[in-house]
Amino acid sequence: MEKVIVNLAYLLSASLFIFGLKGLSHPKTAVRGNLTASVGMLIAVLVTLLDKRIIDFSFIVAGLIVGALIGTILALKVEMTAMPQLVALFNGFGGGASALVAGSALMETHEPSIPFLLATVASGLIGAVTFSGSGVAFAKLQGLMKERPIRYSGEQIVKALVGLLGLGLGALIVLNPQSTFLYWILLAVGLVLGVLLTIAIGGADMPVVIALLNSYSGLAASATGFVLENNALIISGSLVGASGIILTNLMCKAMNRSLTNVLFGGFGEVKAQSDDIYEGKVKATTPEEVALLLEGARRVVIVPGYGMAVAQAQHAVRDLFNLLESKGIEVEFAIHPVAGRMPGHMNVLLAEVDIPYEKMKDLDEINPSFEQTDVVIVVGANDVVNPLAQTDPKSPIAGMPVLEVWKARTVVVIKRSLSPGFAGIPNPLFAMDNTLMLFADAKKALQEIVNALKES
Amino acid sequence: MEEWVMYLTVFVLSMFVGFEVITKVPPTLHTPLMSGSNAISGITIVGALISAGSGHSTLTTLLGFIALVFATINVVGGFLVTHRMLEMFKRK
Repeated sequence: MEKVIVNLAYLLSASLFIFGLKGLSHPKTAVRGNLTASVGMLIAVLVTLLDKRIIDFSFIVAGLIVGALIGTILALKVEMTAMPQLVALFNGFGGGASALVAGSALMETHEPSIPFLLATVASGLIGAVTFSGSGVAFAKLQGLMKERPIRYSGEQIVKALVGLLGLGLGALIVLNPQSTFLYWILLAVGLVLGVLLTIAIGGADMPVVIALLNSYSGLAASATGFVLENNALIISGSLVGASGIILTNLMCKAMNRSLTNVLFGGFGEVKAQSDDIYEGKVKATTPEEVALLLEGARRVVIVPGYGMAVAQAQHAVRDLFNLLESKGIEVEFAIHPVAGRMPGHMNVLLAEVDIPYEKMKDLDEINPSFEQTDVVIVVGANDVVNPLAQTDPKSPIAGMPVLEVWKARTVVVIKRSLSPGFAGIPNPLFAMDNTLMLFADAKKALQEIVNALKES
Repeated sequence: MEEWVMYLTVFVLSMFVGFEVITKVPPTLHTPLMSGSNAISGITIVGALISAGSGHSTLTTLLGFIALVFATINVVGGFLVTHRMLEMFKRK
Protein backbone atom coordinates (compact mmCIF):
# COMPACT_ATOMS: atom_id res chain seq x y z
CA MET A 1 0.00 0.00 0.00
CA GLU A 2 2.72 2.41 0.97
CA LYS A 3 4.46 1.82 -2.34
CA VAL A 4 1.25 2.72 -4.15
CA ILE A 5 1.00 6.05 -2.34
CA VAL A 6 4.65 6.85 -3.04
CA ASN A 7 4.23 6.06 -6.71
CA LEU A 8 1.08 8.15 -6.93
CA ALA A 9 2.99 11.05 -5.38
CA TYR A 10 5.72 10.62 -8.02
CA LEU A 11 3.02 10.65 -10.70
CA LEU A 12 1.76 13.94 -9.26
CA SER A 13 5.31 15.36 -9.39
CA ALA A 14 5.74 14.33 -13.00
CA SER A 15 2.39 15.90 -13.91
CA LEU A 16 3.40 19.13 -12.20
CA PHE A 17 6.62 19.15 -14.24
CA ILE A 18 4.60 18.89 -17.45
CA PHE A 19 2.24 21.69 -16.34
CA GLY A 20 5.28 23.73 -15.39
CA LEU A 21 6.89 23.35 -18.80
CA LYS A 22 3.56 24.16 -20.42
CA GLY A 23 3.53 27.43 -18.46
CA LEU A 24 6.77 28.41 -20.19
CA SER A 25 4.89 28.84 -23.48
CA HIS A 26 4.19 32.49 -22.58
CA PRO A 27 6.15 35.07 -20.54
CA LYS A 28 2.98 35.87 -18.56
CA THR A 29 2.45 32.32 -17.29
CA ALA A 30 6.12 31.36 -17.11
CA VAL A 31 6.80 32.41 -13.50
CA ARG A 32 3.87 30.33 -12.31
CA GLY A 33 5.03 27.44 -14.48
CA ASN A 34 8.45 27.42 -12.89
CA LEU A 35 6.90 27.54 -9.42
CA THR A 36 4.59 24.65 -10.33
CA ALA A 37 7.56 22.55 -11.40
CA SER A 38 9.45 23.36 -8.21
CA VAL A 39 6.44 22.29 -6.12
CA GLY A 40 6.54 19.01 -8.06
CA MET A 41 10.18 18.60 -7.08
CA LEU A 42 9.43 19.37 -3.43
CA ILE A 43 6.71 16.70 -3.36
CA ALA A 44 9.10 14.14 -4.88
CA VAL A 45 11.77 14.92 -2.28
CA LEU A 46 9.37 14.86 0.70
CA VAL A 47 7.81 11.56 -0.34
CA THR A 48 11.26 10.01 -0.78
CA LEU A 49 12.26 11.08 2.72
CA LEU A 50 9.44 8.87 4.07
CA ASP A 51 11.04 5.81 2.41
CA LYS A 52 11.69 3.04 4.96
CA ARG A 53 15.07 2.18 3.44
CA ILE A 54 16.43 5.43 4.85
CA ILE A 55 17.88 4.71 8.30
CA ASP A 56 20.24 7.63 8.79
CA PHE A 57 19.40 11.24 8.00
CA SER A 58 22.73 12.86 8.93
CA PHE A 59 24.27 12.67 5.46
CA ILE A 60 20.98 13.64 3.88
CA VAL A 61 20.62 16.79 5.94
CA ALA A 62 24.27 17.69 5.37
CA GLY A 63 24.02 17.10 1.60
CA LEU A 64 20.82 19.10 1.26
CA ILE A 65 22.25 22.04 3.21
CA VAL A 66 25.56 22.13 1.33
CA GLY A 67 23.88 21.74 -2.06
CA ALA A 68 21.16 24.29 -1.35
CA LEU A 69 23.70 26.83 -0.11
CA ILE A 70 25.95 26.49 -3.16
CA GLY A 71 22.98 26.49 -5.54
CA THR A 72 21.43 29.58 -3.95
CA ILE A 73 24.66 31.56 -3.97
CA LEU A 74 25.36 30.70 -7.61
CA ALA A 75 21.79 31.51 -8.68
CA LEU A 76 21.63 34.86 -6.91
CA LYS A 77 25.15 36.08 -7.69
CA VAL A 78 25.37 35.27 -11.38
CA GLU A 79 25.42 38.12 -13.90
CA MET A 80 22.88 37.70 -16.69
CA THR A 81 25.72 37.80 -19.22
CA ALA A 82 27.23 34.73 -17.51
CA MET A 83 24.05 32.66 -17.77
CA PRO A 84 25.42 30.23 -20.41
CA GLN A 85 28.27 29.06 -18.18
CA LEU A 86 25.99 28.72 -15.16
CA VAL A 87 23.55 26.55 -17.09
CA ALA A 88 26.51 24.48 -18.33
CA LEU A 89 27.66 24.04 -14.75
CA PHE A 90 24.22 22.95 -13.52
CA ASN A 91 23.93 20.52 -16.44
CA GLY A 92 27.22 18.98 -15.40
CA PHE A 93 26.14 18.53 -11.78
CA GLY A 94 22.90 16.87 -12.90
CA GLY A 95 24.74 14.44 -15.17
CA GLY A 96 27.34 13.69 -12.51
CA ALA A 97 24.68 13.00 -9.88
CA SER A 98 22.88 10.56 -12.19
CA ALA A 99 26.07 8.61 -12.91
CA LEU A 100 26.94 8.34 -9.20
CA VAL A 101 23.43 7.24 -8.21
CA ALA A 102 23.51 4.52 -10.87
CA GLY A 103 26.94 3.38 -9.62
CA SER A 104 25.73 3.23 -6.05
CA ALA A 105 22.69 1.19 -7.14
CA LEU A 106 24.97 -1.22 -8.99
CA MET A 107 26.88 -1.91 -5.77
CA GLU A 108 23.73 -2.37 -3.74
CA THR A 109 22.15 -4.89 -6.12
CA HIS A 110 23.06 -8.56 -5.78
CA GLU A 111 21.71 -10.25 -8.85
CA PRO A 112 21.22 -7.50 -11.39
CA SER A 113 19.19 -8.24 -14.53
CA ILE A 114 20.42 -7.45 -18.03
CA PRO A 115 18.13 -4.40 -18.53
CA PHE A 116 19.26 -3.05 -15.15
CA LEU A 117 22.88 -3.36 -16.22
CA LEU A 118 22.27 -1.80 -19.62
CA ALA A 119 20.58 1.16 -17.96
CA THR A 120 23.42 1.48 -15.44
CA VAL A 121 26.02 1.54 -18.21
CA ALA A 122 23.99 4.14 -20.15
CA SER A 123 23.61 6.34 -17.09
CA GLY A 124 27.30 6.08 -16.23
CA LEU A 125 28.55 6.84 -19.70
CA ILE A 126 26.09 9.66 -20.52
CA GLY A 127 26.40 11.13 -17.02
CA ALA A 128 30.20 11.18 -17.14
CA VAL A 129 30.27 12.73 -20.63
CA THR A 130 27.79 15.38 -19.44
CA PHE A 131 29.85 16.12 -16.34
CA SER A 132 33.24 16.65 -17.99
CA GLY A 133 31.78 18.10 -21.20
CA SER A 134 29.90 20.72 -19.20
CA GLY A 135 33.06 21.40 -17.22
CA VAL A 136 34.97 22.21 -20.40
CA ALA A 137 32.06 24.30 -21.74
CA PHE A 138 32.02 26.21 -18.45
CA ALA A 139 35.78 26.80 -18.60
CA LYS A 140 35.56 28.08 -22.18
CA LEU A 141 32.60 30.39 -21.52
CA GLN A 142 34.09 31.69 -18.29
CA GLY A 143 37.34 32.49 -20.09
CA LEU A 144 39.40 29.99 -18.08
CA MET A 145 40.17 28.25 -21.37
CA LYS A 146 40.65 29.63 -24.88
CA GLU A 147 37.37 29.66 -26.79
CA ARG A 148 39.02 28.55 -30.03
CA PRO A 149 38.46 24.90 -30.95
CA ILE A 150 41.39 22.64 -30.06
CA ARG A 151 42.23 20.50 -33.06
CA TYR A 152 44.93 17.91 -33.73
CA SER A 153 45.62 15.34 -36.43
CA GLY A 154 43.83 12.02 -36.05
CA GLU A 155 41.33 13.72 -33.78
CA GLN A 156 38.24 11.87 -35.06
CA ILE A 157 40.02 8.51 -34.76
CA VAL A 158 40.99 9.22 -31.17
CA LYS A 159 37.40 10.14 -30.31
CA ALA A 160 36.02 7.07 -32.08
CA LEU A 161 38.48 4.81 -30.23
CA VAL A 162 37.63 6.27 -26.82
CA GLY A 163 33.93 5.97 -27.63
CA LEU A 164 34.37 2.32 -28.64
CA LEU A 165 36.38 1.68 -25.49
CA GLY A 166 33.46 3.02 -23.46
CA LEU A 167 30.97 0.76 -25.26
CA GLY A 168 33.31 -2.24 -24.88
CA LEU A 169 33.62 -1.61 -21.15
CA GLY A 170 29.86 -1.33 -20.98
CA ALA A 171 29.50 -4.77 -22.56
CA LEU A 172 32.05 -6.14 -20.11
CA ILE A 173 30.06 -4.77 -17.17
CA VAL A 174 26.86 -6.38 -18.44
CA LEU A 175 28.70 -9.73 -18.67
CA ASN A 176 30.54 -9.38 -15.31
CA PRO A 177 28.26 -7.43 -12.99
CA GLN A 178 30.23 -8.50 -9.93
CA SER A 179 33.34 -6.58 -11.01
CA THR A 180 32.08 -3.20 -9.92
CA PHE A 181 35.50 -1.60 -10.41
CA LEU A 182 34.79 -1.79 -14.15
CA TYR A 183 32.09 0.83 -13.59
CA TRP A 184 34.66 3.32 -12.31
CA ILE A 185 36.84 2.71 -15.34
CA LEU A 186 33.73 3.31 -17.46
CA LEU A 187 33.19 6.65 -15.70
CA ALA A 188 36.83 7.60 -16.30
CA VAL A 189 36.50 6.81 -20.02
CA GLY A 190 33.26 8.81 -20.13
CA LEU A 191 35.01 11.78 -18.53
CA VAL A 192 37.82 11.64 -21.11
CA LEU A 193 35.28 11.37 -23.93
CA GLY A 194 33.36 14.40 -22.65
CA VAL A 195 36.55 16.47 -22.65
CA LEU A 196 37.61 15.31 -26.13
CA LEU A 197 34.20 16.11 -27.60
CA THR A 198 33.95 19.59 -26.12
CA ILE A 199 37.47 20.98 -26.54
CA ALA A 200 36.93 20.71 -30.30
CA ILE A 201 33.99 23.14 -30.16
CA GLY A 202 34.53 26.86 -30.64
CA GLY A 203 32.80 29.75 -28.90
CA ALA A 204 29.95 30.53 -31.31
CA ASP A 205 29.02 26.84 -31.59
CA MET A 206 28.45 26.75 -27.83
CA PRO A 207 24.64 27.19 -28.11
CA VAL A 208 24.46 23.81 -29.83
CA VAL A 209 26.69 22.10 -27.30
CA ILE A 210 24.91 23.51 -24.27
CA ALA A 211 21.56 22.42 -25.69
CA LEU A 212 22.99 18.98 -26.38
CA LEU A 213 24.45 18.65 -22.87
CA ASN A 214 21.06 19.75 -21.53
CA SER A 215 19.53 16.85 -23.40
CA TYR A 216 22.20 14.45 -22.09
CA SER A 217 21.58 15.44 -18.47
CA GLY A 218 17.93 14.53 -19.01
CA LEU A 219 18.74 11.24 -20.69
CA ALA A 220 21.15 10.33 -17.88
CA ALA A 221 18.39 10.97 -15.32
CA SER A 222 16.03 8.85 -17.40
CA ALA A 223 18.55 5.98 -17.55
CA THR A 224 18.94 6.21 -13.78
CA GLY A 225 15.14 5.95 -13.61
CA PHE A 226 15.38 2.58 -15.36
CA VAL A 227 18.07 1.53 -12.87
CA LEU A 228 15.95 2.49 -9.85
CA GLU A 229 12.71 1.38 -11.55
CA ASN A 230 11.31 4.81 -10.82
CA ASN A 231 8.81 6.37 -13.22
CA ALA A 232 9.31 9.90 -11.86
CA LEU A 233 12.92 9.85 -13.07
CA ILE A 234 12.04 8.22 -16.37
CA ILE A 235 9.34 10.77 -17.19
CA SER A 236 11.20 13.89 -16.03
CA GLY A 237 14.41 12.79 -17.66
CA SER A 238 12.77 12.16 -21.00
CA LEU A 239 10.99 15.54 -20.89
CA VAL A 240 14.35 17.26 -20.46
CA GLY A 241 15.92 15.00 -23.06
CA ALA A 242 13.22 16.02 -25.55
CA SER A 243 13.66 19.70 -24.69
CA GLY A 244 17.40 19.54 -25.30
CA ILE A 245 16.95 17.71 -28.59
CA ILE A 246 14.46 20.32 -29.83
CA LEU A 247 16.80 23.20 -28.95
CA THR A 248 19.82 21.44 -30.47
CA ASN A 249 17.85 21.01 -33.67
CA LEU A 250 16.72 24.65 -33.76
CA MET A 251 20.29 25.85 -33.26
CA CYS A 252 21.62 23.63 -36.03
CA LYS A 253 18.89 24.82 -38.40
CA ALA A 254 19.69 28.42 -37.56
CA MET A 255 23.23 27.80 -38.80
CA ASN A 256 22.22 25.55 -41.71
CA ARG A 257 24.62 22.90 -40.41
CA SER A 258 24.12 19.33 -39.34
CA LEU A 259 24.80 18.26 -35.77
CA THR A 260 27.64 16.06 -37.05
CA ASN A 261 29.19 19.08 -38.73
CA VAL A 262 28.99 21.17 -35.55
CA LEU A 263 30.45 18.40 -33.38
CA PHE A 264 33.11 17.03 -35.70
CA GLY A 265 33.54 19.50 -38.56
CA GLY A 266 33.80 22.89 -37.01
CA PHE A 267 34.77 26.36 -38.14
CA GLY A 268 37.43 28.56 -36.93
CA GLU A 269 40.50 27.55 -38.87
CA VAL A 270 39.72 29.35 -42.12
CA LYS A 271 42.06 32.21 -42.89
CA ALA A 272 40.22 34.43 -45.30
CA GLN A 273 41.58 37.26 -47.43
CA SER A 274 39.59 40.30 -46.55
CA ASP A 275 41.72 43.25 -47.66
CA ASP A 276 40.40 43.41 -51.21
CA ILE A 277 36.79 43.27 -50.04
CA TYR A 278 37.16 46.22 -47.71
CA GLU A 279 39.79 48.25 -49.61
CA GLY A 280 38.67 51.83 -49.93
CA LYS A 281 35.00 51.01 -49.50
CA VAL A 282 34.56 51.14 -45.74
CA LYS A 283 33.06 54.37 -44.41
CA ALA A 284 33.73 55.25 -40.79
CA THR A 285 31.29 57.40 -38.85
CA THR A 286 31.01 59.22 -35.52
CA PRO A 287 28.45 59.03 -32.70
CA GLU A 288 27.28 62.56 -33.60
CA GLU A 289 26.62 61.55 -37.18
CA VAL A 290 24.66 58.49 -36.04
CA ALA A 291 22.63 60.71 -33.70
CA LEU A 292 21.71 62.94 -36.66
CA LEU A 293 20.64 59.91 -38.67
CA LEU A 294 18.47 58.69 -35.81
CA GLU A 295 16.87 62.13 -35.44
CA GLY A 296 15.43 61.80 -38.92
CA ALA A 297 14.36 58.17 -38.60
CA ARG A 298 10.89 56.79 -38.13
CA ARG A 299 11.76 53.16 -37.64
CA VAL A 300 14.95 51.75 -36.07
CA VAL A 301 15.96 48.13 -35.60
CA ILE A 302 18.72 47.12 -33.18
CA VAL A 303 20.59 43.85 -33.80
CA PRO A 304 22.37 42.60 -30.66
CA GLY A 305 25.10 39.95 -30.75
CA TYR A 306 27.58 38.32 -28.40
CA GLY A 307 29.63 41.53 -28.49
CA MET A 308 26.85 43.28 -26.58
CA ALA A 309 27.19 40.73 -23.78
CA VAL A 310 30.99 41.00 -23.72
CA ALA A 311 30.87 44.81 -23.54
CA GLN A 312 28.02 44.67 -20.95
CA ALA A 313 26.32 47.17 -23.25
CA GLN A 314 22.71 46.16 -22.57
CA HIS A 315 22.10 49.12 -20.22
CA ALA A 316 23.37 51.56 -22.84
CA VAL A 317 21.11 49.85 -25.40
CA ARG A 318 18.18 50.40 -23.05
CA ASP A 319 18.98 54.11 -22.69
CA LEU A 320 19.06 54.51 -26.46
CA PHE A 321 15.82 52.54 -26.79
CA ASN A 322 14.01 54.72 -24.24
CA LEU A 323 15.27 57.95 -25.77
CA LEU A 324 14.22 56.96 -29.30
CA GLU A 325 10.79 55.78 -28.12
CA SER A 326 10.27 59.09 -26.31
CA LYS A 327 10.91 60.85 -29.61
CA GLY A 328 8.15 58.80 -31.21
CA ILE A 329 10.52 56.58 -33.20
CA GLU A 330 9.49 52.93 -33.56
CA VAL A 331 12.24 50.64 -32.23
CA GLU A 332 12.44 46.85 -32.46
CA PHE A 333 15.12 44.25 -31.73
CA ALA A 334 16.13 41.61 -34.27
CA ILE A 335 17.38 38.48 -32.52
CA HIS A 336 19.03 35.67 -34.44
CA PRO A 337 18.55 32.23 -32.84
CA VAL A 338 22.30 31.68 -32.44
CA ALA A 339 23.19 35.20 -31.31
CA GLY A 340 25.10 34.87 -28.05
CA ARG A 341 26.34 31.72 -26.40
CA MET A 342 23.11 29.89 -25.64
CA PRO A 343 19.56 29.79 -27.01
CA GLY A 344 17.69 32.92 -25.91
CA HIS A 345 20.82 34.56 -24.44
CA MET A 346 20.12 38.02 -25.97
CA ASN A 347 16.48 37.96 -24.88
CA VAL A 348 17.50 37.48 -21.25
CA LEU A 349 19.97 40.38 -21.41
CA LEU A 350 17.31 42.67 -22.92
CA ALA A 351 14.71 41.53 -20.39
CA GLU A 352 17.22 42.34 -17.65
CA VAL A 353 17.11 46.01 -18.72
CA ASP A 354 13.30 46.07 -19.02
CA ILE A 355 12.92 45.89 -22.78
CA PRO A 356 9.34 44.58 -23.31
CA TYR A 357 9.38 41.10 -24.84
CA GLU A 358 6.96 42.23 -27.58
CA LYS A 359 9.86 44.27 -28.97
CA MET A 360 12.11 41.22 -29.42
CA LYS A 361 11.52 39.76 -32.87
CA ASP A 362 13.00 36.59 -34.27
CA LEU A 363 14.44 36.09 -37.72
CA ASP A 364 11.30 35.24 -39.71
CA GLU A 365 9.30 38.00 -38.09
CA ILE A 366 11.78 40.82 -38.59
CA ASN A 367 13.31 40.05 -41.99
CA PRO A 368 10.37 41.31 -44.11
CA SER A 369 10.43 44.63 -42.21
CA PHE A 370 13.99 45.74 -42.99
CA GLU A 371 12.91 47.38 -46.26
CA GLN A 372 10.71 49.77 -44.26
CA THR A 373 13.45 50.45 -41.71
CA ASP A 374 15.38 53.72 -41.76
CA VAL A 375 18.31 52.80 -39.52
CA VAL A 376 19.63 49.43 -38.36
CA ILE A 377 22.15 49.44 -35.51
CA VAL A 378 24.26 46.27 -35.28
CA VAL A 379 25.76 45.90 -31.80
CA GLY A 380 28.43 43.22 -31.61
CA ALA A 381 26.96 40.84 -34.20
CA ASN A 382 28.84 39.70 -37.30
CA ASP A 383 28.21 36.32 -38.94
CA VAL A 384 24.42 36.55 -38.43
CA VAL A 385 24.27 39.69 -40.62
CA ASN A 386 26.66 38.45 -43.33
CA PRO A 387 25.16 38.59 -46.85
CA LEU A 388 27.68 35.96 -48.05
CA ALA A 389 25.34 33.36 -46.56
CA GLN A 390 22.95 34.15 -49.43
CA THR A 391 25.35 35.11 -52.20
CA ASP A 392 28.37 32.79 -51.96
CA PRO A 393 27.51 29.09 -52.17
CA LYS A 394 31.13 28.20 -51.33
CA SER A 395 31.15 30.17 -48.09
CA PRO A 396 31.30 28.17 -44.84
CA ILE A 397 28.08 29.88 -43.79
CA ALA A 398 26.31 29.36 -47.16
CA GLY A 399 22.59 28.82 -46.68
CA MET A 400 22.58 29.96 -43.07
CA PRO A 401 19.48 32.07 -42.42
CA VAL A 402 20.70 35.62 -41.75
CA LEU A 403 19.19 38.96 -40.75
CA GLU A 404 18.85 40.93 -44.01
CA VAL A 405 19.86 44.23 -42.45
CA TRP A 406 21.34 45.57 -45.71
CA LYS A 407 17.80 46.09 -47.03
CA ALA A 408 17.35 48.99 -44.60
CA ARG A 409 18.08 52.55 -45.71
CA THR A 410 21.20 52.85 -43.52
CA VAL A 411 23.09 50.28 -41.46
CA VAL A 412 25.32 51.37 -38.59
CA VAL A 413 27.72 48.67 -37.39
CA ILE A 414 29.28 49.26 -33.97
CA LYS A 415 32.45 47.20 -33.84
CA ARG A 416 36.00 47.61 -32.59
CA SER A 417 37.66 46.67 -35.89
CA LEU A 418 37.07 44.88 -39.18
CA SER A 419 38.17 41.55 -37.68
CA PRO A 420 36.11 38.56 -38.82
CA GLY A 421 33.51 36.85 -36.66
CA PHE A 422 33.58 33.26 -35.47
CA ALA A 423 33.22 31.80 -38.98
CA GLY A 424 36.55 33.45 -39.84
CA ILE A 425 35.26 35.06 -43.03
CA PRO A 426 35.05 38.71 -44.09
CA ASN A 427 31.67 40.45 -44.07
CA PRO A 428 30.82 42.40 -47.28
CA LEU A 429 28.12 44.21 -45.30
CA PHE A 430 30.85 46.43 -43.84
CA ALA A 431 31.77 47.67 -47.33
CA MET A 432 28.25 48.26 -48.65
CA ASP A 433 27.18 51.72 -49.82
CA ASN A 434 24.53 52.10 -47.14
CA THR A 435 26.74 50.86 -44.28
CA LEU A 436 28.53 53.11 -41.81
CA MET A 437 31.12 51.66 -39.41
CA LEU A 438 31.38 53.08 -35.91
CA PHE A 439 34.72 51.75 -34.66
CA ALA A 440 34.45 51.75 -30.87
CA ASP A 441 33.61 49.81 -27.75
CA ALA A 442 29.88 49.07 -27.94
CA LYS A 443 28.99 50.47 -24.54
CA LYS A 444 30.96 53.68 -24.98
CA ALA A 445 29.70 54.24 -28.52
CA LEU A 446 26.07 53.82 -27.49
CA GLN A 447 26.47 56.20 -24.56
CA GLU A 448 27.99 58.80 -26.87
CA ILE A 449 25.12 58.44 -29.32
CA VAL A 450 22.65 58.90 -26.45
CA ASN A 451 24.50 62.02 -25.26
CA ALA A 452 24.61 63.47 -28.76
CA LEU A 453 20.89 62.84 -29.16
CA LYS A 454 20.12 64.55 -25.86
CA GLU A 455 22.13 67.64 -26.81
CA SER A 456 20.51 68.11 -30.18
CA MET B 1 11.22 -8.53 -18.52
CA GLU B 2 7.64 -7.33 -18.80
CA GLU B 3 8.11 -4.43 -16.40
CA TRP B 4 11.04 -3.18 -18.47
CA VAL B 5 8.80 -2.93 -21.51
CA MET B 6 6.45 -0.88 -19.32
CA TYR B 7 9.26 1.48 -18.34
CA LEU B 8 10.29 1.80 -21.95
CA THR B 9 6.68 2.63 -22.85
CA VAL B 10 6.60 5.37 -20.23
CA PHE B 11 9.93 6.70 -21.53
CA VAL B 12 8.85 6.87 -25.15
CA LEU B 13 5.41 8.35 -24.41
CA SER B 14 6.81 11.09 -22.20
CA MET B 15 9.33 11.90 -24.94
CA PHE B 16 6.34 12.61 -27.19
CA VAL B 17 4.70 14.71 -24.48
CA GLY B 18 7.98 16.59 -24.11
CA PHE B 19 8.18 17.33 -27.84
CA GLU B 20 4.56 18.56 -27.88
CA VAL B 21 4.88 20.83 -24.86
CA ILE B 22 8.32 22.25 -25.56
CA THR B 23 7.78 23.04 -29.25
CA LYS B 24 5.32 25.70 -28.02
CA VAL B 25 7.92 27.57 -25.96
CA PRO B 26 8.81 30.85 -27.78
CA PRO B 27 12.49 31.58 -28.61
CA THR B 28 12.42 34.51 -26.17
CA LEU B 29 12.14 32.03 -23.29
CA HIS B 30 14.71 29.50 -24.49
CA THR B 31 17.29 30.34 -21.83
CA PRO B 32 14.81 30.01 -18.92
CA LEU B 33 13.53 26.84 -20.60
CA MET B 34 17.02 25.37 -20.47
CA SER B 35 17.71 26.32 -16.88
CA GLY B 36 14.22 25.28 -15.79
CA SER B 37 14.26 21.93 -17.55
CA ASN B 38 17.75 21.46 -16.19
CA ALA B 39 16.40 21.84 -12.66
CA ILE B 40 13.79 19.20 -13.49
CA SER B 41 16.52 16.79 -14.57
CA GLY B 42 17.77 17.16 -11.00
CA ILE B 43 14.98 14.68 -10.13
CA THR B 44 17.86 12.24 -9.78
CA ILE B 45 17.99 13.76 -6.26
CA VAL B 46 15.38 11.13 -5.36
CA GLY B 47 17.88 8.33 -5.96
CA ALA B 48 20.65 10.25 -4.25
CA LEU B 49 18.55 10.66 -1.07
CA ILE B 50 18.08 6.90 -0.77
CA SER B 51 21.73 6.08 -1.47
CA ALA B 52 22.91 8.64 1.06
CA GLY B 53 20.53 7.47 3.77
CA SER B 54 20.17 3.71 3.41
CA GLY B 55 23.54 2.97 5.05
CA HIS B 56 24.24 0.05 2.71
CA SER B 57 27.99 0.55 2.86
CA THR B 58 30.40 3.40 3.52
CA LEU B 59 31.16 3.69 -0.17
CA THR B 60 27.54 3.85 -1.33
CA THR B 61 26.74 6.37 1.41
CA LEU B 62 29.64 8.53 0.25
CA LEU B 63 28.58 8.25 -3.39
CA GLY B 64 25.03 9.07 -2.39
CA PHE B 65 26.23 12.10 -0.44
CA ILE B 66 28.24 13.51 -3.35
CA ALA B 67 25.37 12.82 -5.74
CA LEU B 68 22.99 14.52 -3.31
CA VAL B 69 25.13 17.67 -3.15
CA PHE B 70 25.37 17.77 -6.98
CA ALA B 71 21.66 17.16 -7.47
CA THR B 72 20.65 19.71 -4.83
CA ILE B 73 22.83 22.39 -6.44
CA ASN B 74 21.17 21.55 -9.73
CA VAL B 75 17.62 21.65 -8.34
CA VAL B 76 17.82 24.65 -6.01
CA GLY B 77 20.12 26.71 -8.22
CA GLY B 78 18.19 25.81 -11.37
CA PHE B 79 14.73 26.75 -10.14
CA LEU B 80 16.00 29.88 -8.43
CA VAL B 81 17.91 31.29 -11.37
CA THR B 82 15.00 30.48 -13.68
CA HIS B 83 12.70 32.39 -11.34
CA ARG B 84 15.09 35.35 -11.38
CA MET B 85 15.08 35.43 -15.17
CA LEU B 86 11.34 34.98 -15.59
CA GLU B 87 10.60 37.80 -13.15
CA MET B 88 12.51 40.09 -15.51
CA PHE B 89 10.32 39.06 -18.42
CA LYS B 90 7.18 39.68 -16.38
CA ARG B 91 8.02 43.23 -15.35
CA LYS B 92 6.51 44.88 -18.42
